[in-house]
Amino acid sequence: MPDVSNAVTVESLVKRFGDFVAVDKINLEVRKGEVFGFLGPNGAGKSTTIRMLCGLLKPTSGRATVAEFDVSKNPEAVRQNIGYMSQKFSLYNDLKVIENLRLFAGLYSVPSKSLTSRIEWALQMANLKGQENLITGTLPGGWKQRLALGCAVLHKPPIIFLDEPTSGVDPITRRQFWDLIHQMAEEGITAFVTTHYMEEAEYCNRLALIFRGRIVALGTPSELKRNSMSGELLLVECAPLGAAVEALQSASGVMDAAVFGNALHLVVRDAAVAVPQLEKFLAGRNITVSRMEKIRPSLEDVFVSITTNEEVSK
Amino acid sequence: MTEQSQSAIVVEGLAKSFPGVRAVDALSFDVRVGEIFGLVGPDGAGKTTTLRMLAGIMPSDAGTATVAGFNVALDPEGAKHSLSYMPQRFGLYEDLTVEENIRFYADLFGVRATERNLRSTQLLDAAGMSEFRMRLAGKLSGGMKQKLGLVCALIHRPKVILLDEPTTGVDPVSRRDFWRILYELVAEGVAILTSTAYLDEAERCHRVALMHQGKLLFCDTPVNLKANMGKGVLSIIAAEPRRVRNELKDAEGISSVLLTGDGVHIVVDDAARRIPEFEARLKHAGISFDAILKVAPSIEDLFVDAVSAGVATHA
Amino acid sequence: MSLTRLLAVARKEVVQILRDSRSLMIVIVMPAILVILFGYGVNLDLKGMPVYVLDRDGSQQSQDLLKHFQNSEYFHISRVVTDYAELTRALDDGHAKMGIVIPWDFSQRLRDGRLIEVQALVDASDDNTANVLIGYTQAVVQNYSAQVQIDWLRQRGLAIQPAAMSVETRTWYNEDLESSAFIIPGVLALVMSVIGAFLTSLTIAREWERGTMEQLISTPVTAMEIMLGKLAPYFVLGMLDTIMTALIAIYWFHVPFRGSWITLMIASAMFLVVVLSLGFLISVLAKNQFAASQIALLVTFLPAFLLSGFLFSIEQMPIVLQGITRILPARYYVSVLKKIFLKGTSTSMLYADLIPLTIFTFVLALAATRSFHKRLE
Repeated sequence: MPDVSNAVTVESLVKRFGDFVAVDKINLEVRKGEVFGFLGPNGAGKSTTIRMLCGLLKPTSGRATVAEFDVSKNPEAVRQNIGYMSQKFSLYNDLKVIENLRLFAGLYSVPSKSLTSRIEWALQMANLKGQENLITGTLPGGWKQRLALGCAVLHKPPIIFLDEPTSGVDPITRRQFWDLIHQMAEEGITAFVTTHYMEEAEYCNRLALIFRGRIVALGTPSELKRNSMSGELLLVECAPLGAAVEALQSASGVMDAAVFGNALHLVVRDAAVAVPQLEKFLAGRNITVSRMEKIRPSLEDVFVSITTNEEVSK
Repeated sequence: MTEQSQSAIVVEGLAKSFPGVRAVDALSFDVRVGEIFGLVGPDGAGKTTTLRMLAGIMPSDAGTATVAGFNVALDPEGAKHSLSYMPQRFGLYEDLTVEENIRFYADLFGVRATERNLRSTQLLDAAGMSEFRMRLAGKLSGGMKQKLGLVCALIHRPKVILLDEPTTGVDPVSRRDFWRILYELVAEGVAILTSTAYLDEAERCHRVALMHQGKLLFCDTPVNLKANMGKGVLSIIAAEPRRVRNELKDAEGISSVLLTGDGVHIVVDDAARRIPEFEARLKHAGISFDAILKVAPSIEDLFVDAVSAGVATHA
Repeated sequence: MSLTRLLAVARKEVVQILRDSRSLMIVIVMPAILVILFGYGVNLDLKGMPVYVLDRDGSQQSQDLLKHFQNSEYFHISRVVTDYAELTRALDDGHAKMGIVIPWDFSQRLRDGRLIEVQALVDASDDNTANVLIGYTQAVVQNYSAQVQIDWLRQRGLAIQPAAMSVETRTWYNEDLESSAFIIPGVLALVMSVIGAFLTSLTIAREWERGTMEQLISTPVTAMEIMLGKLAPYFVLGMLDTIMTALIAIYWFHVPFRGSWITLMIASAMFLVVVLSLGFLISVLAKNQFAASQIALLVTFLPAFLLSGFLFSIEQMPIVLQGITRILPARYYVSVLKKIFLKGTSTSMLYADLIPLTIFTFVLALAATRSFHKRLE
């Protein structure tokens, strides 16, 4: 199948630093117009992979193309065709909005005849029309995020890399921001998001979980919750809580038991089988159960489940 | 719960302003002994300012705050013997070893050497950090630094612990470890007030106060908050989420529609009523979808709903 | 006040100093460098100043005069020239600091008993040097002149009158007029300024900058414990450095030490408290380490260098500056240092300097204790 519809293709990509293998043969494809999430804890190989895809670091072996350019052979072309929005706010706080836009237009070599129209477009998209002369440092957080995004796409790159773009931002602003990303995706701009913030991952069309340099799960958020979780999640409300969690940790069929607020979360192999068994188990220990039901795992549950298995299998 | 409902922290009408900004606006809540209380809200909501005032390191403009029995405005130093504060930014010394940091804080709280040695061994074991005693704090990973912070905070057996976004940037597995330690602590009768910008973390607290722009929006257990929301939340998984959203966004009964990566998340007035309505509508428009499910509202749904509606309730 | 807490703060500070190579360099190496620099590098003495001579007479007598110049250690006749232009060129180039022109009728006038004028051309681009040279020249010439007169009288069989007046100079306290002895005691003040103010100025600012202060002030430790705990190590280091620098001065540079060690230690301790208090104040008030260190240098090291009397004598400064030196603690300390090293002044004679120093100590220490609050704002 031709690579034409893929914004990013990665084949057996490896990066070694001396003896340490930071990225260990990863494969993935990101389609044009997709919002793709790259999830993993710090040190898992996320940043190294991103740097390679941005043409900032040379791979040890394997191949990757971004916007149809090979990252090893043509890193300069790659860099000119991507936008990058970093986690730490990288705009100049003492410049006005319009000045930041002009600065980045210059940095990305936006041709002078399209300058005005591109800046207009960025202002429009970021909902900052009329605010051009405000000093960037005085803008509320959400506006700054939008401005940063605007600056990252002035040169209308086919693909943008976003590094934890909305951590700490309030949910409403976050939703507006992601609406923006989806809007751009509709216009054909691909978004490659890195994060270890599970709430952000839900906004992505597809996700790849990276752990210790390898991709341990790949799919839509729903697919991951359905397929990648070993076992099923139960919510148990009972009293006394402390005694219950201790007893349950050694109960058969229970893979993990942890306190969660005023209740317990249990990971069991089969919910249908476990529920009646456990009710009996707890009753036998004088623990009253007020609720026990299967619940959908969150992406965090999935993540912990996968990484714990990976640990065990090593 | 059978714990006594004594209050370890009582806040009434607490306020603090900075030039041009009302950081904390007439805040009132209480934290009980043996409870994990979450102060939840995005950056700029006033969480850090509140914690700093309770820790006695920032004066308030108005209102009262009582921590471990001491009025913090009148006697900021009094409470410090019984409390621990972990600021948002790593507050320990990167050029000192794990052991040296622990010793320093133990001395500051007057913990004797024998007790200190016993307790630090215990705590480091629990945190899985025993082999890192001699390592410089600056060389620890993010998750380990937070755990070290917690060890230093617990060395003198405080009655109240104030944590400012302790799990920001920490990976999910370390986060779980961290929470496990917190749950063990409250079982021993400690009161914990923690702030977080991760709304999903609010679910792990016994009670939660949602803050927005210095004000308190809600204060109750997560379960009650969701039950009292009075709205239903639907999740529609579909191959083309955008089409689904566009089709349904003006439908009757909808409070908000959110596009997620692989579906649509809708807040409606009456789930039972709207599900068949939407199913019919989508079928009629020829838009395929997996299923329309009623899901439990998340704290984020609550938050967004409240802020958009401009509603603030006290529990 | 809890001794445990205070010691904990002090211990932490010591560990941090030991682990910071830059601080260590400053504490150990810098004092030695300063002493060596000023001991060897600065020499205010004028010895062997190059002189060019144009002797138009060329007689026995003119040679005699020139021998007087040559014998003086202050002059060195480096060249005898044959024309005036060469002389002036040498002065322009700087090859000569002075030029002597002996007139063609020197010996003749001498025989006739007439007034002789010997011309001395002095390079006054450095007027200090020029003044000294002129002074020495006049001395040499007058000496020669007196000698000539005595010879003349003797030749005529007249009674030799006893010299009407002669000036016998005795240089006390610095017999060799070694400028290093004059300068080196003052180096102690410089060393203290760096350790006391510069290093200390970083201590509080650094904790705010790194975010560790926020957590520290949430504990029961008091402001006084923090201050004393942080300053104690620097005090000890400062005193050790004082002793080290004094020993280098005495045993390596042979600067005389005639006073009391106890007085030296007391005065040094007081000055150290002064600079420590200043450093602490600056650290509390400045927002960051960089600003703090710059201010510390500006307020302590620079005045100690320029205005304390360490290198440049206060009496020769313009009146306004002299007035300013009165509010510089360093001035009093340097004065005490010189008196202890070179004069061996008894302590009771030092009160004029010690009392202002004591006042400064108390005032600044008080200001420092009041300045720091356990509060974020």
